[in-house]
Amino acid sequence: MKNWPLWEIFVRSKNGLEHRHFGSLHAADAEMALENARDVYTRRSEGVSIWVVESKNITASNPEHNGELFEPAHDKVYRHPTFYELPDEVKHM
Amino acid sequence: MSTIESSSRMKTNTTDISEVLIQYIYGIADNALILGQRLSELCGHGPNLETDIAGTNIALDLLGQTRGYYQYAAQLKGGDTTEDDIAYLRTEREYKNVLLVEQPNKHFGYVIARQFLYDMFHVMLLEKLQNSQDPTLAAIAKKGIKEVRYHQRFSSDWIKRLGDGTPESHEKIQEAINTLWTYTDELFHMTEADKKAVDMGVGVDASALKGEYYTRVRELLDASTLEVPEMKWFQKGGKQGIHTEHMGYLLADLQYMQRTYPGMKW
Amino acid sequence: MSDKEIKNLEEIFEQRIARDEKIEPKDWMPEKYRKTHIRQISQHAHSEIIGMLPEGNWITRAPSLRRKVALLAKVQDEAGHGLYLYSACETLGISREELYEQLHSGKAKYSSIFNYPTITWADMGAIGWLVDGAAIINQVPLCSTSYGPYARAMVRVCKEESFHQRQGFEIMMKLAQGAPEQKELAQDALNRWWWPSLMMLGPTDAESVHTEQSMKWKLKRKTNDELRQQFIDQTVPQAELIGLTIPDPDLKWNEERQSYDFGEIDWDEFWQVVKGHGPCNKERLDARVNAWEEGTWVRDAAVAYAEKQEEKKLKQAI
Repeated sequence: MKNWPLWEIFVRSKNGLEHRHFGSLHAADAEMALENARDVYTRRSEGVSIWVVESKNITASNPEHNGELFEPAHDKVYRHPTFYELPDEVKHM
Repeated sequence: MSTIESSSRMKTNTTDISEVLIQYIYGIADNALILGQRLSELCGHGPNLETDIAGTNIALDLLGQTRGYYQYAAQLKGGDTTEDDIAYLRTEREYKNVLLVEQPNKHFGYVIARQFLYDMFHVMLLEKLQNSQDPTLAAIAKKGIKEVRYHQRFSSDWIKRLGDGTPESHEKIQEAINTLWTYTDELFHMTEADKKAVDMGVGVDASALKGEYYTRVRELLDASTLEVPEMKWFQKGGKQGIHTEHMGYLLADLQYMQRTYPGMKW
Repeated sequence: MSDKEIKNLEEIFEQRIARDEKIEPKDWMPEKYRKTHIRQISQHAHSEIIGMLPEGNWITRAPSLRRKVALLAKVQDEAGHGLYLYSACETLGISREELYEQLHSGKAKYSSIFNYPTITWADMGAIGWLVDGAAIINQVPLCSTSYGPYARAMVRVCKEESFHQRQGFEIMMKLAQGAPEQKELAQDALNRWWWPSLMMLGPTDAESVHTEQSMKWKLKRKTNDELRQQFIDQTVPQAELIGLTIPDPDLKWNEERQSYDFGEIDWDEFWQVVKGHGPCNKERLDARVNAWEEGTWVRDAAVAYAEKQEEKKLKQAI
């Protein structure tokens, strides 16, 4: 028979913070994935909200394309505040 | 003279009240202890890791509740009594849990059926116990209800999965429900202590929960494509301390250390 | 890819690790790196779940409610740790079922220490104190290992494990301070678990086959012998503190080395147990296989139910 699919688990540690990837687990359906995530990843009060998504539904970028995907951003220094020269007397900017 | 007399009568009354309360607490807490003990036998042997961890969480909740109740009972008993004296040092006849919770883990279907049939009752009981005029019991119930609602969700979900899963799982869970059904009626029996506790405003009238319990259980069994057993004769005795043959072995494990090494601290 | 191209990729790969960069699942990696990691991470995961059994043996007999819940929570944590580690292993392209298959068929190894029996309550103390103590020494350096998912799993494991050793030491301490029978239980457990715990840190460097490669990939930060010395040096004073005697007549403080000298380890026994002739090898494996096989109908039911629900949803949508 088929195995339980793999799910990725995202947990919000407390309100005000984003959901963060905590790990994965196996479950037969989404409801069970939520319950298993509660039992596996929040045993020590680590969370206030859980997202589950079946791993196969995640589309990931390919590290082989990292050059074209991410390196072009490296030299766009003008996007950062330190690029601009201001006299020291200017405050609150 | 009259003052002494009335104060000694007062004293008997408080002792009586404490004794009723203690017996009433055993009637609830022993269920949590024995069911927790049964579930803890499964740790490391579940159908997979996720389910193993979930089952242990329920065991931990139940044992936590047990401690809350027993610590209170120990306080009522006074002297040097501890939670462990109550948990470990009674004779079999002094444990007042229902027969349902001591039934063995024959297979996962039995584990789930036993859990479900108890959880449905447990939620209803704690919902009412929150209103107890005894503030300690009310507080324990308030904390416990959240745990127990989750247990009910877990066991109900599994009843559905097994009932409406494969033909094999359907057959196995039906067999478990049929076998354990005979122990459900006892949940609603009232002992003398239960009745007195109700009169005192601290206990719950469990007999009044019966109609609603069977309605809810039927609904879920229906939704899970399972048959509701037809039964006229039910087993009882646990609440009087007359247990099934399984209980002695469970206690042999539970009490092993305390009986082998009497009076030591661990 | 030509041999030259692969060699080039390998060089870049090794440089990344040397720079302390992490390797993530979809990154290119040498086949040997993948295989070595599958082997080590799965062995580690198997050890966690086999490790549940010797301690699970005492949950129903724990002598107090406080001890019972602590032990239960600890054994449950081990299931969690097994789960984190299997998940990390799965990112390398192997399923948990395949890993179980390797364990159940006897092909995969797990830590030999769990093939010893737990015959008294004091063994719960000794395991927590010594076995978890040795495990922590092994595991802490893995929090900064090169493979991202393994390192992250280990961070979680180490964080959760911090109560395990204390739990064990507290049991031992209470016994050592208790009645004479209790102290006897504690000493007896220390006598039986001391040498297996030392063996747990692996064969001597001279006989260890994987050390050099593992060091490079940060699967290991110190050699087995260094770890063993560290374990002995930190544990001996703890034993003294609670009045227990380490069962090694040759144990002696070496002023010059600022370390303890210790006696000869019986490596024949170690290899016997590794090869499957320990007291409980068969029981441990049988217990795992039984749990898995008896759970088949349960897992199947959940899948069948999920599929039916999915169909119902689709029908409703039409």
